[in-house]
Amino acid sequence: MSGEIISLTSIGRLSGSKRTTAGGCPSAQSHDDYDPALWERIKDHPCYNEQAHHDFARVHVAVAPACNIQCNYCNRKYDCSNESRPGVVSEKLTPEQALRKVTHIAARLPQLSVVGIAGPGDALANPKWTFQTFELISRNLPHLKLCLSTNGLALPDHLDTIKSFGIDHVTMTINMIDPEIGARIYPWIFFDHRRWTGLDAAKILHERQMAGLEGLTAAGILVKVNSVLIPGVNDHHLAEVNAAIRARGAFLHNVMPLISDPAHGTAFGLGGQRGPTPEELTEAQERLGGSGVRLMRHCRQCRADAVGLLGESRDADFTLDRIPEQPVLDLAPHHAYRAHIEREWQHRRAARAAAGRQLAAAAPRGPAKLRVAVATNGGGRVNLHFGKATEFLVYEADSTGIRLLGPRRVENYCLGGFGDDQRLEAVIAALAGVDVLLVAKVGDCPRARLEQAGLRIDDSHGQDYIEPAIAACFAAARQAGLPPRRASA
Amino acid sequence: MAYTIIADDCTACAACELECPNGAISAKKSIYIIDASKCTECQGKHKSPQCAAVCPTGACVPA
Ligand code: SF4
Ligand code: SF4
Repeated sequence: MSGEIISLTSIGRLSGSKRTTAGGCPSAQSHDDYDPALWERIKDHPCYNEQAHHDFARVHVAVAPACNIQCNYCNRKYDCSNESRPGVVSEKLTPEQALRKVTHIAARLPQLSVVGIAGPGDALANPKWTFQTFELISRNLPHLKLCLSTNGLALPDHLDTIKSFGIDHVTMTINMIDPEIGARIYPWIFFDHRRWTGLDAAKILHERQMAGLEGLTAAGILVKVNSVLIPGVNDHHLAEVNAAIRARGAFLHNVMPLISDPAHGTAFGLGGQRGPTPEELTEAQERLGGSGVRLMRHCRQCRADAVGLLGESRDADFTLDRIPEQPVLDLAPHHAYRAHIEREWQHRRAARAAAGRQLAAAAPRGPAKLRVAVATNGGGRVNLHFGKATEFLVYEADSTGIRLLGPRRVENYCLGGFGDDQRLEAVIAALAGVDVLLVAKVGDCPRARLEQAGLRIDDSHGQDYIEPAIAACFAAARQAGLPPRRASA
Repeated sequence: MAYTIIADDCTACAACELECPNGAISAKKSIYIIDASKCTECQGKHKSPQCAAVCPTGACVPA
């Protein structure tokens, strides 16, 4: 839990809070480098639009328990790790229960913009329940976007149905284009009424994935490709995957880390296959940067019943037993929130433009690049107490701009009144490579230890937008001619 | 001649139910069971028992 989501009552407070405004007029354009039509399609999708992830929430409904392939990073006793973190079990729902749940959440979470089906198995291995759910949602809650995740094996069979529902966003997990590598990731698939293993299995999967991707992009659907980074297996292969999906028109490429823990009982976990370190993940993403397909940097590998802003799990607040039989749909808060966000985004855009100017004008000495970790609770602001953070967003700034490198997950240091020293050490390890830590507040004890570990702490930007706060840090580091000091454990 | 589901190994994923050509499989509380009177081991319909081929945990076995 990363604390309270922005509530309606806090909207007024936020709008009136201290703000870094630009000298110039906020740009009237849609957004940075998207064309206006595309921006309309992604502006409120937290996964497809890095800016929207600060402000919009999604709910995943776990209506799809069955799967048609076996992955070595998955233990089927738990959720699919294709979209979800392994080792968790989602509450399975019928399509009717899913509608009930989403209706209830839509009335309580004005930020809600997307309903996704991501398992716990594969959405398209359970086409009846998946499409029944979409049917119910689109009929009753037409303001929500539909989103689906799949391994792609069954995708070519369902292209027409996907189009007929107007599903605009599909995520596919593609870990390889070379069956030799695929055979090390997938022990078997179930296809055409039989089980296939080895190279045959990987070859069929690969061909179906490429056909499915081509079919989706030909229909103008935005496709996000997830690739699980598996050190020693596909880490040097992901450039080829990236080239293959780019050639077929994928919109976004999301390289996510293998989560491998023997306790999860996965083949990789038990076999000693390790996941990448945060820095290895960043490096792998950097290698693909500039290839032409946008890289997603803000993925949180949400579980199949995730609720809330990315990085936040409010699933426990919305289990079926807490939802009334006949939830009442009230969209007034949602509309108020939309209006708030439109204004908020104008301000944020102006603040980002001003930040860009500050970066460009920074003194020509000191560090060329600065890595900054931010504690945020949503809204695109530095607004979270260090001890409450369950993740930090790591950005890199140089004189040309600020880029999100990705979230680093941690366990919150503060446990209701006291700090946990072991957790503090884990936070420091997770922040390897970071120069500055931007928080709304931090206690004296953790501050001393963090500084001792080489991090510079800045709590002077509480409630400010993230980009201008980072630009100020960068300009200050330049001004002082500070060397970059990458913290290490 | 029928298949059965080892209750301890079943994760209730429903994959077998979706594949059974005879509608022999259904949910019973938190696991799935095979109605032996409806199970033909898929003979005449498929080369191998579909439930066993799709089950991720090896829970579907000859009775
Ligand atoms: S496929 Fe296997 S695990 Fe899934 S419901 Fe059937 S018996 Fe249970
Ligand atoms: S063996 Fe075939 S007929 Fe029998 S339960 Fe399994 S899938 Fe159904």
